[in-house]
Amino acid sequence: MEISKKFIIDLYSKMLLSRRFEEKVIELYRAGLRGAYHLSIGQEAVAAGVCTALNADDYILSTHRGLGHFIAKGGNLKALMAEFMEKETGCNKGKGGSMHMVDPGVGMLGANGIVGSSIPIACGAALSAKLRGSRQVAVSFFGDGAANNGPCHESMNLAGVWKLPVVFVCENNLYQARVPSSRCASIQDLYLRAAGYGFPGYKVDGMDVIAVYERTREAVNRARNGGGPTLLECKTYYFRGHSEAESNPGLAYRSAEELESWEGKCPLQRARTALLQKGWGTEAELKEIDDRCRQTVEEAVSFAVSSPKAPAEWALLDVYYSEVG
Amino acid sequence: MKDMTYLSAVIATLGEEMEKDNRVFLMGQNVQGGGGYKTTAGLFERFGPDRVLDTPIAEDSSVGCALGAALTGMRPVLEILFCDFALRAMDQIANQAAKYRYMTGGQMAAPLVLWIHCGYGGSRGIHHSQSLESMFLHFPGLKVVLPSTPRDAKGLLKSTLRDGDPVIFMDHVSLFGKKGPVPEEEYTIPLGKAEVKREGKDVTIVAFSAMVHESLRAAETLAGEGIEAEVLDPRTLLPLDLSTIVGSVRKTNRLLLVEGGNKRGGVGADIISSIVEEAFDYLDFPPVRLAVPDTPLPFASQMEALLLPNATRIEEEVQRMLH
Repeated sequence: MEISKKFIIDLYSKMLLSRRFEEKVIELYRAGLRGAYHLSIGQEAVAAGVCTALNADDYILSTHRGLGHFIAKGGNLKALMAEFMEKETGCNKGKGGSMHMVDPGVGMLGANGIVGSSIPIACGAALSAKLRGSRQVAVSFFGDGAANNGPCHESMNLAGVWKLPVVFVCENNLYQARVPSSRCASIQDLYLRAAGYGFPGYKVDGMDVIAVYERTREAVNRARNGGGPTLLECKTYYFRGHSEAESNPGLAYRSAEELESWEGKCPLQRARTALLQKGWGTEAELKEIDDRCRQTVEEAVSFAVSSPKAPAEWALLDVYYSEVG
Repeated sequence: MKDMTYLSAVIATLGEEMEKDNRVFLMGQNVQGGGGYKTTAGLFERFGPDRVLDTPIAEDSSVGCALGAALTGMRPVLEILFCDFALRAMDQIANQAAKYRYMTGGQMAAPLVLWIHCGYGGSRGIHHSQSLESMFLHFPGLKVVLPSTPRDAKGLLKSTLRDGDPVIFMDHVSLFGKKGPVPEEEYTIPLGKAEVKREGKDVTIVAFSAMVHESLRAAETLAGEGIEAEVLDPRTLLPLDLSTIVGSVRKTNRLLLVEGGNKRGGVGADIISSIVEEAFDYLDFPPVRLAVPDTPLPFASQMEALLLPNATRIEEEVQRMLH
């Protein structure tokens, strides 16, 4: 397909915004921000490529490593930062933190603290769209860890038999919470499993935002037109540790050489080089994009800092839709 | 008023509400075929495959899928054949459905109904006989409804189907064929409202689901001995109508809790604790729990009978409490 200059600049900007936001989280975390942060630095191409292929009212369900998804779907960054800072303006009013963030207005139906649990929920959102005839599509993001658990298998089987408008996006970053995937599954090309559920599966270069976008667009079109689900296995890698609680970027369980070789495939660097080579952007223009991203992040921080703390009494609210005694 | 079985009242109510609200749809194993216990008979023929959906035998994804549909504007009813099978889906029930509204700070709602049967007392064996309502009570965000009569089933199911929260609607299979009067006109019974099924002044028997009927049989026998037992059915355990129970205990000064689940960590343990907190001074006798001793429920009928509360045991406990 023909990729326009504006389009690739948009994808690049989305990835960069995610990178800058997460870098800010690292800085704040080192300075005492509470919470657990599983950052997606290195994986930005998957979130940006997938979400760019979606409509505003399409749904995504995410994971504990979900900041990139939230940002790429257009989630409110001010509310996100406020959530991390336990403020009343937070996207979950202080109840969620990084593993439960939602922004229903943009179809971000939730990160999840349990590996694999959001996959059947995505199928339910897809079922709902199908029953309502709304032509919406749901994307289920999950990792190579979730790929080996029950909900994932059950969900793919169900989506296959009901021809649900869902796209399964497996972010295969090679480690299941610090354990190499090779110790957890007898095959490493997880997309092959799609055949067993009766729908197509594709291996995608998860470090190439255009490749991710194109495959997703195809899968989304199929889903929207009644063709059923697709599994996209995006081969990717995170450059930080499993979570920010680690003092080094996951080097307790993976080698510095491996990390370095994947850093060489950085999706941002790759997009940037392509932009410069094609003459679609100058250094100055790209710096301007970066400045805008940094400014957006700073605005989110200022908003969060100036917001009042969420009142402790809110802990007692929202248990029920209709309050019970 | 019309005499109906419990099950025909439930099926008629499901049909009425599906007619009224096209967001309501039914999922489950063999719901299109009407179900092994004929729990969904006729609904597929009436509403078709977009409203009555057969699921694989995969409770975890079925509940998750119902939840996802509920979060996006639908009102799914998922039938789970025995509550033992709900354990396969406890992550979706307890971690996800129960907490979704809370964790989104009230921005989202999960109005799904899990219609779950329990089967103690029929030699159904260890994996088809548990009564796990007390477990569900431990998860804030869920509501737990256990009707005992056809009339209550209709009114409570209407409220359940119109509620904004995830509701566990449980019924014991022995209730399915029980007949009773059901008003033909529209009515609802609010969740959280107990009903005195038989008035009495000597002892309060709190029982729900199938144990209401055992308690009523016991009360009938006791009446012949001059003992007036009050049988109180909370109908919903969450929310619980504690004030009606407190009121009854203040009158009778004696409390017996009857349940078909295990005693340890059971419904009785919880309700009695609340009564001790709220009405200790009114008790003339230590509150008594009649429940399944802390064993699984075995297959052999003589063994199962040894463990389950029944009318005779209820009668004996009441006599002991009054002498």
